[in-house]
Formats: sequence, C-alpha cells, structure tokens
Amino acid sequence: MATRELTAHELHVHAAPTSFIRKWVFSLDHKIIGLQYYFLALTAVFVGMFLSLLMRIHLVWPNLSLPLIGDIRPETYLSLLTMHGTIMVFFVLTTAPQGGFGNYFLPIQIGAADMAFPVLNMLSFWVTLLAYLVMLSAFFVTGGAPLHGWTGYPPLSALPSAGPGEGPGADLWVISIALFCLGALMSALNFITTTLDMRVKGMSLMRMPLTCWAWFITAILGLLAFGVLLSAGILLLLDRNAGTSFYVPLVVVNGVVAGHKGGSPLLWQHLFWFFGHPEVYIAILPAMGLCSQLVSVFSRKPIFGYKAMVYAMLSIGLLGFMVWGHHMFMSGMSPYSAFAFSIMTMAIGVPSAIKTFNWLGTLWGGRIRFQSPMLFAIGFVSLFVSGGISGPFLAQPTLDIPLHDTAFVTGHFHLIMGVASIFGIFAATYYWFPKMFGRMMNESLARWHFWFSLVGTYCVFMPMHYLGMAGQPRRYSQFTEVQYLLHLVPLNKFITYAAFATIAGQFIFLFNLFWSMKFGKKASDNPWEATTLEWTTATPPPHDNFGGHTPVVYNGPYEYSVPGAPRDFVMQTDPMIVTAAHK
Amino acid sequence: MATYTTTAPSPEDIASLRDGSGPPPVGGNGGSDSDFFEVRLRRARLGMLVAVIGIAMIFISFTSAYVVRQGLPTFDARTNTLVNDWLAVPLPALLLVNSLVLLMSSLTMELARRQAGRDLALARVTPASQVSSTNESRISWLALTIVLGLCFLAGQLMVWRELAASGFYLSTTPSSSFLYLLTGMHGVHLLGGIVALLAASGAALLRKTVATQFILLDVTGWYWHFMAVLWIYILCLFEFVR
Repeated sequence: MATRELTAHELHVHAAPTSFIRKWVFSLDHKIIGLQYYFLALTAVFVGMFLSLLMRIHLVWPNLSLPLIGDIRPETYLSLLTMHGTIMVFFVLTTAPQGGFGNYFLPIQIGAADMAFPVLNMLSFWVTLLAYLVMLSAFFVTGGAPLHGWTGYPPLSALPSAGPGEGPGADLWVISIALFCLGALMSALNFITTTLDMRVKGMSLMRMPLTCWAWFITAILGLLAFGVLLSAGILLLLDRNAGTSFYVPLVVVNGVVAGHKGGSPLLWQHLFWFFGHPEVYIAILPAMGLCSQLVSVFSRKPIFGYKAMVYAMLSIGLLGFMVWGHHMFMSGMSPYSAFAFSIMTMAIGVPSAIKTFNWLGTLWGGRIRFQSPMLFAIGFVSLFVSGGISGPFLAQPTLDIPLHDTAFVTGHFHLIMGVASIFGIFAATYYWFPKMFGRMMNESLARWHFWFSLVGTYCVFMPMHYLGMAGQPRRYSQFTEVQYLLHLVPLNKFITYAAFATIAGQFIFLFNLFWSMKFGKKASDNPWEATTLEWTTATPPPHDNFGGHTPVVYNGPYEYSVPGAPRDFVMQTDPMIVTAAHK
Repeated sequence: MATYTTTAPSPEDIASLRDGSGPPPVGGNGGSDSDFFEVRLRRARLGMLVAVIGIAMIFISFTSAYVVRQGLPTFDARTNTLVNDWLAVPLPALLLVNSLVLLMSSLTMELARRQAGRDLALARVTPASQVSSTNESRISWLALTIVLGLCFLAGQLMVWRELAASGFYLSTTPSSSFLYLLTGMHGVHLLGGIVALLAASGAALLRKTVATQFILLDVTGWYWHFMAVLWIYILCLFEFVR
C-alpha cells in the first residue's frame, strides 16, 4: 500500500549526516542546532559584557581615553547602551535558554527523535545568526550604532537626522530585530507543535518535566509577542525610510521640520511593550522550569506542588500580556488605566510567590546535594526574590513616577531579568554539560565561578537601587561633575570595581567550559541520578536520541525517595515501580 | 509528602508493555501506533494552525495601530489647532474584482485538495504501481489556483497604480499608508502561498508519494483559505473603519 511505504524515516527521523557541512553547519539535528544557538549566545554575552564594562569605566572615569577605543563621547555611550541591551535581551536571554537548551533537550525529554519540523528549525537558527551579524554590523556603518536604547522609542529611533547612529545604524538595528522576530516565530511554531504532538507514549502533559512546560509556555508567549514586535518594526522602518507618520508627530530636529505629522510615539510604546513585557517572561520562564527541575533532583525530593508550578507558569504567561502599561506610567495615561495595569502587575506577585514557596518547600527537609547546578539554582531563587521584590514598588504609579528612569529600575531588571536568567543558563550548562559533551565540568572551578558571580552581581546591582532612590538617572553618560550626585561617585566606583571582578569570574567559566570538553572526567549516562528521559540514553545522545528504540513513560518526572524503591529515584521509563496511590 | 505503594507488575505485564502491545499508559501520542500518514498529517496541520495564529498576531497589531492612528489628532501650525489628518481614501472598484478572484482561487484550491484526498483514498486500496501520482485534474485545479493567485497579485498592483494616479501615495495620509501596508503585507503572505503551491505541484511532478502530495496540498489549502479570510477582513477594515 502506498501509504504504508512511509516509515519512521520519513516521519521525522532524518538519516544521520556524514559530511562535515551537513553534520555541524547546516545540521537538521536539534542537538546540533541547540549547540549552535548556545555558542551564538556565548559569543553574544561576551560582546554584551564588554560593552557594559566600557560603560562602567566611562561612568566613573569619563575623561579616560581607552587604547583602541579612544574617547567615549556621550553619543558613543548611548550606542554602547543600546547595543548592550539589545544584544543581551535578544541574543543571550532569548537565545540560550530557549533556542539553546530548549532545542537540545525538549525533544529528548518528551521522548521524540527530533523537533517536528527539522528544516524549519535549522532555518530559525540561521535567520537568528543573520540577525546577530546585521546587529553587529551597525557598529561599522557611517555614524555607528544607534542611540535609542533597546526599547527604540521614536521619534529618536524614527528620524535619521536625530543624531549620529540614527542613520544606517538604526536601519540595521530595526532590520536585525525584524529578522530575529522571524527566527523566533519559526522556533515557537516548532516548540509548540513538538510539545503537543510528539510526546512519547505515556508522556501525558502532566508527566512532562517542568522544563518542558516552561519551554512550551515560553514558545506560546513568543508566538503571540514576536509578531507584534515585527509589525511595530515594519511601521518604524516605513517611518524612517518611506516618509509615513505612524509614530512621528510634527517635529523639528536641529531647526529643521522633519516632514512628518500626526504620528504617535505612544503607539510604538504600546506595541513595543505588548511584546516587551512578555519578553521578560520569555527570558526567565525557562530558568524557572530548570530551577524547579534542579531543586527537585538535588534535594532528592519530588517537586513540591507540581500542578501548582504548572498553573503558576501558565498564569504568569497569561498575566504577562495584560501588564504592558506599567512601563508607561509616565506617558500621561489615565489614572484609571494606570490603576488597572498596576493591579494586574501586582497580581503577578501571586504566582511568583507560589513558585518561590514551592522551591523552598522542595528544599525543606531534602537531602540536599550542593553540587554546582544546585548552587546556581539556589542562586537563581535568591536573585529572583531580590530582583522581584522591587517589582511591586515599581508597579505602583505613585512610586514609579519618582523611580522611573533612575538606576533603581536598572538594578531591578538586571537582577530579575538579566542575572537571574543568566544563572538559569549557568545552572543548565553545569547540569546538562555531561549529557551534551560526555564529560563532567570541573567542580572546584564551578564553585569559584558561582561565588564570584553571586557576590559580584549583588555588589553591582544592589547599590543601583540606592543610587536610583538618591536620584541618579539612567542612560546619562556622565555624573562626575553633577553637584547633587557627587557624593554617589564612590559608590559608582565600587560598582565598577565589582563589575571588573564579576567579569573576571566569567573567564573561569569560559575556561572550565572548553577545558572540560577535552579534559573533564568522563561522565556516566546518569551522573546526577535524575529521572527524566535524557538520562536514560547514551552520553552524548545518538543521532535519533534513543538509539533506534522509542521509550515508554510510566512515571512522573520527580519520583525521588519513593518508599520501597530499590534506589532513591525512579526513572520515568521504569516499569518496575508503578505509582499506585497518592495519599 | 506523597507516599506510594509500589507494585511490581508481573513479567507478562512488563513484556507486553515493553513490546508496545499492552495497554498504553495515559497520555502522549508521539509514539502511537496509528498510521504514519495520519501522524504526519496531524502534525503538519497543527504546525499550520500555529503558524496561522502567529501571522494573525501580525495583522492584529496592524489593526490596533490602524484604529489608534485613526483617532489621533495632529497639530496644525497654521490654525494653531488640533486637526485630524486621516483622509478617507476612495477605494478603487478593482478591489472588489480582486476579492472575487481570490475567493474563486480559494474554491479551486479546495477542489484540488479534495481531489488529492480522493487520489489518496484510491492509493490506499490500490497497489501503488497502478496509481498515477500525477493526476491531471488536480494539477489543473492547482494550476488554476496559482494563476488566480497571480491574477489577484497583479490586480493589487493595479490598485496601487490607480491609487498613485489619484494622488494617494504611501505617505500622503495615514489611511493611504495603511492601505499600502496591509495590501502589501497580505500580498507578501499570499506570494508565500503561491510558492508553497508551486512546491506542491513540484511534488506531484516529481512523483513523491501520494501521501506526501496530499499533506503538502492539504496544509497549503488551509493556508490559502486563511489568506482569503484575512483579505476579506482587511477589506472590511478599509470599508467599515474609515
């Protein structure tokens, strides 16, 4: 029969490639694509970090001329700020947790041989890489990189005459963002279809590891959010290049009428933040899923409140689409709207608190193994709480008005969206490195890295809350000659020294990563004694993930310390122990 | 803390579960025993549904921008007052003709899709060697759909020329900006559909399996219908939200 000729091969399992190009470059294998995303993010994070270091140096020694870089002028500072934010948010926080680890481990954790649409998956990565190259190229065009920050507010972002960097550099910035959106949409399509349709027999939704739930919900957010940013970007490109007036009102730049009229800068803000707030959760939800996983594995206890964790993530995702207005309290919005946005924002505190409570509940009474992935997971919880607690402050219009556009906000979102998510990426790296590369990372170096990062980032970002309350604005390139901020200069210096130390600590990680690939201790198939499907297969996993057989799932993902079981964990695929009753 | 009673299944139970012949555990369908074709079709349709949601979000955002921009006043320096710069663009009658062409193409698309379904049903009861995988009538329905799609795009270009001739360019007024933008974005998406249809015809000509041809045609068909619905929506927006 014609239809019966279709085999698993044609279904989704493509033959293992043999040529270098097909295996490592234009690969269809989700594992290689995951690694490609990961290394893209790794490159991007060092670029982003370098830019932030230049900014910190400039803030405390504004007249210093750096070798190879030269003077940092105010507009250069704004370019650094724009590129740092954009690269970090898009090409690190969105790329590594979802594109990197999600691609590598979602199919394996649900028992699939690959993503639903491998060609589309490959295309997503290449479009994302192209977006990254276009973004970097903005540094090298006339006028340099744009000045408008990662949020790209018009009229500044819409008028090529508004400043150096707002010419071709800003065009490249918008094109890069649009390309990134395309890649993210294709990737979201793949993640959603794969999760819904490719789970192995026995892997019900409520048996999925919380990592898979997190990637799934993140993909839904991506699907709904990136289309909006793409539309907003297209309108911005038209305003910049075709003379339309979607965003630009009648405006005079350097004494010249810009030729637009009637547009609304607020329209961009609404569209941007409708994407931008879910983007915060796109960055942090995968880390939440991973943290849940690790807290359970390394406490040797089932996760406390599995269903509550799932529903909390779903409600965070849902509420995330209803709160964009809290970024715009200063825009002159109606106090009634501000009140509604404020209440919805504070409501997100409830599922966030449920998650934190459940992480602590899992740790409570557990036989905790303080290995490097667990350290970073606990670090994540700490940063999530420290960064999150200032959220309800900023969510109230009356408090936001004095704090808006101060260093308080910089401290808040760097802790929760930046560093907490990065800790998720580190935790994931230490946890899955043995599966990806077949070797263990060096534990002592990992501990050094952890303490450098934890103490360092707290030293960098906690004082920013104080700076903000003392009135230090964001985005200004120079404070050393401002009378009312002079007493803050020593604290600013302290932050810069802390940034140096923290960044130095990241080279420990970089060394450990590459050194361990070659010289790390050989890893067993299940070094952490975890239960999920990736630990049932070979290390590193074969091309089709499970070496020709399809696993069947019998248990939930967090069966640790099960009474009567021969070991303190029961694999998801283990049919010998059947969960019979919950009390 | 949850407690468990543990029961080891009998060796027969384990054997039957391991070879997949026993009662399947709850949930999950990736490893189901159902027909590979059914699985592929379901997966492709699900993927298309998700893609449609993503594309819909793009147009929902444009709609939001359209409505907001329409209500905005602008400052008029001559009179020192706020005025509305939204000029209603007279819609060319050609848009109606184009709409009819697109709706007809949706019909021919559906005929091609159903014909492919019949071919498939036939192939499943007839030895593969006796089935021609390049069915003439389907190819012609497909070809007709592609031609109608191209006619629609050509018609849209003529609408653009007509608008330009009457003095409405992209930046003349926000309503003309949106007219060009929405027709252009819809056109780009439809062009993607035409490429997919060409790929589907290529699959037929390249003698891919009947099932593969059907899946390609089926999902492209749904996409094509979505394009038709989307166009009617855009047209309603132009007509009723002026």
